[in-house]
Amino acid sequence: MHGLANPARFLRLARWLTVPLLAGGLAVTAVALAWGLFVAPAEGLQGETVRILYVHVPSAWLGMGGWTAIAVASFVELVWRHPLAGIAARAVATPGALYTAVCLITGSLWGRPAWGTWWVWDGRLTSMLVLLFLYFGYLALANAAGSENSGGSRVTAIFGLVGAVNIPIIHYSVLWWNSLHQPPSISMGKSAMAPDFLVPLLVSTVGFSLIFGGVVLARMRAILADQQAEVRLRRKAFAEAASEVAD
Amino acid sequence: MSAIKPKHQRLVLLAIALVALIGAALLAAWALRNQASYFYVPSEIAADPPAPDRAVRLGGMVEQGSLQTEADGVTIAFFVGDGEARVPVRFQGIVPSLFKEGSGVVAEGKLAADGTFIADNLLAKHDEKYVPRELREMSEHQAQQVVAETQ
Repeated sequence: MHGLANPARFLRLARWLTVPLLAGGLAVTAVALAWGLFVAPAEGLQGETVRILYVHVPSAWLGMGGWTAIAVASFVELVWRHPLAGIAARAVATPGALYTAVCLITGSLWGRPAWGTWWVWDGRLTSMLVLLFLYFGYLALANAAGSENSGGSRVTAIFGLVGAVNIPIIHYSVLWWNSLHQPPSISMGKSAMAPDFLVPLLVSTVGFSLIFGGVVLARMRAILADQQAEVRLRRKAFAEAASEVAD
Repeated sequence: MSAIKPKHQRLVLLAIALVALIGAALLAAWALRNQASYFYVPSEIAADPPAPDRAVRLGGMVEQGSLQTEADGVTIAFFVGDGEARVPVRFQGIVPSLFKEGSGVVAEGKLAADGTFIADNLLAKHDEKYVPRELREMSEHQAQQVVAETQ
């Protein structure tokens, strides 16, 4: 943790990890999706539409996992002022929002044939849509706060922490309230899902997660590079202004 | 005061804020426990029938053997039950493909004065069980044999 507080050391590790994570993630995802689309069986009631599962569920988990990561990083930023924590949180937001959007879109596509509707305002669907809007708000706030280590960054972190309240609500929405969305199939080592579906789902989740990790590292490197470029430009501008004064 | 490091002060403050936040969220969720439900179950309809002109949603299981098509060929009638109460439902129109006896349904409509639920839309509810098609079509006994063989 503290060893990585040094951005130079972090950058060395990140540079080394980004490509293997992305390449490995793409390979594992390709295998999982081919498995899910062509090898895994059709489900008894849903038929072929069950195959949306292998994109929908990993996206949902990572959309929620992304905000959990934002909350943890925000906490670390607020308490320990860890220089990389805020950068990590901001790097997670875009892929997290993207996965959440993919979850909502694939869920809607599945809902039409399975339920008979594209969308309903039940607890699960509504709270997941709220998560997407929270991501939009977070991105707008992080953008407005800029890259400087100022109060704006702290406001963004507080927003990331408060928004985490929605994560347990999403999880428990199908247990606390009657909803059209089904309750979780997998919980605490038990699965109401046959292994024929479960194994490709887990492989797909590994692939999606690796891609997520690779994208986050790449974005953190980009944000750090941006900050360095800005510092250098500012130093140069100061130097020029100073030399003009001297003339 | 000088004994407390700013780092620890922030940690304590933030921990207190988080506890308050989680408490507030739980209270809000608890207050919403009835309002946020997507449908009523039959025992709730039986205990407290909604006004005849109020649009409500009724959710439960389509009772085995209760599904009937009426003489006009497009109206169906069935019972929705939750193990405690059952409500007769009538619906005219196209049903979703997952709609069948023994599985979950959410009916949107109104409760008529005679206690029949007149649905103007049906949504099929999928449960959390995912079973391959081949296993679903087998009898319970056959399915157990297949599972036993593969283990």
